[in-house]
Amino acid sequence: MSNKFKRLTSIRDLKLMADVIREDIIISLREAKSGHSAGPLGMADILTALYFNILKHNPKKPNDKNRDRFILSNGHTCPVLYATMANAGYFKKSELLTLRKLGSRLQGHPHRAALPGIETTSGPLGCGLSQAAGMALVFKREKTKQKVFSIVSDGEQNEGNHWEAVLFAAKEKLSNIIAITDRNYIQIDGNTEDVMPLDSLKKKYLAFNWNVIEINGNNMQQLISTLKKARNNKDKPLMIIAKTLPGKGVSFMEGDYRWHGKPPNKDEAQAALNDLHKKECLERGDWYHLHQKLKPIHKKIKRSKK
Amino acid sequence: MTTKQYDLSKLKGLNKSMYLNFNQENKANRSGYGDALVTLGKRNKNVWVCCADLTDSTKVDKFAKTFPNRFVEMGVAEQNLVTVGAGLAAVGKIPFVSSYAAFCPGRCWEQIRTTICYNNQNVKVIGAHAGVSVGPDGATHQALEEIATMRSLPNMIVIVPSDYTQTKKATAAIAKFKGPAYMRFGRTSTPQFTTKQTPFQIGKANILKQGKDVALIATGALTYEALRAAAILQEQGINAMVIDNPSIKPLDKKTILKAAKKCRHIITIEEAQVTGGLGGAITEFLSETHPTKVTRIGMPDCYGESGDPQELLKHFGFTGESIARKARKLCKK
Ligand SMILES: Cc1ncc(C[n+]2csc(CCOP(=O)(O)OP(=O)(O)O)c2C)c(N)n1
Ligand SMILES: [Mg+2]
Repeated sequence: MSNKFKRLTSIRDLKLMADVIREDIIISLREAKSGHSAGPLGMADILTALYFNILKHNPKKPNDKNRDRFILSNGHTCPVLYATMANAGYFKKSELLTLRKLGSRLQGHPHRAALPGIETTSGPLGCGLSQAAGMALVFKREKTKQKVFSIVSDGEQNEGNHWEAVLFAAKEKLSNIIAITDRNYIQIDGNTEDVMPLDSLKKKYLAFNWNVIEINGNNMQQLISTLKKARNNKDKPLMIIAKTLPGKGVSFMEGDYRWHGKPPNKDEAQAALNDLHKKECLERGDWYHLHQKLKPIHKKIKRSKK
Repeated sequence: MTTKQYDLSKLKGLNKSMYLNFNQENKANRSGYGDALVTLGKRNKNVWVCCADLTDSTKVDKFAKTFPNRFVEMGVAEQNLVTVGAGLAAVGKIPFVSSYAAFCPGRCWEQIRTTICYNNQNVKVIGAHAGVSVGPDGATHQALEEIATMRSLPNMIVIVPSDYTQTKKATAAIAKFKGPAYMRFGRTSTPQFTTKQTPFQIGKANILKQGKDVALIATGALTYEALRAAAILQEQGINAMVIDNPSIKPLDKKTILKAAKKCRHIITIEEAQVTGGLGGAITEFLSETHPTKVTRIGMPDCYGESGDPQELLKHFGFTGESIARKARKLCKK
């Protein structure tokens, strides 16, 4: 199938898009006045790479049966999924302002029946990889070509359900699974290695009979080249351990687990947007053009009460 | 969103021996749980607390700081949470295992069934963030089924306290009770109306207000909405009895039967599915002993959704206004 939207091929464009998505995350969280900041900002580069370059999908035909599947297992990070989908053309960007509100298709945790393009409901952690494995098993047995991409967080790898899926995917040699760990080293109660140590994740997956690649999940170049190669993954399921910086792009959120489940208030949102603008100015891209589209939203955030 | 205030102290037929006080600030029941744990921890060295990466929001942070040697961080692993709890109990501890109700007991029902209930281990399962009033997190996080799933387990008792002070008492009471217990509460701050002197006992329902036309039997924070409904009904000339029913299992059969004999109509009110919860328990009991028409207010076999907590309570018909409307319709028939 062909993508019915503009694929971004240059690393520069992809990086710009990731920052636009970061802005949209801040704006939608500010409007919602609740929700998760750190994870989504850290994952913006991964989602951009997937939706604007790697995935075979069609925003106008979200149910196309030949599409690749993308399972967001750590559902609380959905602000990044929604912002990415909106920018890719699944729905109007203005709908991002309905996040978490009564009647919205953008539920606080993604709901399959609410919004076309959401492959499964998530939020309760540790169940994404199993569903990805179920899909991948069918594709493998029926010899169809789709890939199943799934992002799992590090915190959710505390769950037994996740490791049951790891065993299963290895047993069935589901090489059409491309899983990505958002390795940001934070969860709710603190740093992952204090709450429930996971390292060495790489050794664990190797011991469980998976292919493993470790990359910098905020490096667009690495993301694109790794994910492109991943399409040719063979024999075993693939885990890409993507090290990301939680809160990436917003100076006062970066690396701080206390931003796991908190939205920015009005001043913080403004400061966050300033941070993101500054970064883009430095890169001297065509950010001005992209930001014209966001102007009405910027105005709205200024108007909204503290 | 603002809701109309009623001076509940003006309700006719308020039960003096309940020592209610309507001039208190709103507080979250989960804070009552957290505060009670610290007191309990001082009194009883066998009280332990286990938590699954939700220390602050389940309010066990104070206990964790005060008694680090009796606090266990389990990570995001609810099945391990309750089964490790069963192990702690097996060697004489009184573990309180807490998470969001959607995940514990939501995710680990069979483990609770076998390792806690069938074993009859002294584990206290605590479900926080229950009900649609969880708000913007949405349906995945709004536990609505666990009253039913916990109630169906032999040996398990089920307690849903109605305000902060009662949650403190309930925490102490289930610690004292020997055997498995489930206690649930919501996320938001809600009105406090009971006081130190208000009685609380496992297996006991309290008649807060006498009445004869309709009995409003509520559990959890919605008991306050039942009182508001009674105030609205009073203005319309309808005299409602209000019963606070925190002990869903064991059920206070005597008090329920009394209400059924006195009032023509029974309405049960809970922030849970109408199937199998408080309404289920009362319907089952009355149909066998004193067949009575029971109207159940709860989630009508559907999931919640994202929204502001107050907005959602209104949307799904849990406010005093909505309860009063239903009661009035019944009484007019
Ligand atoms: C089964 C389950 N248990 C508990 C939770 C509550 N919870 C939501 S996010 C989270 C922390 C998970 O860590 P991670 O995904 O690494 O967080 P992030 O990096 O996004 O901050 C927890 C415990 C949940 N959503 N699901
Ligand atoms: Mg993490």
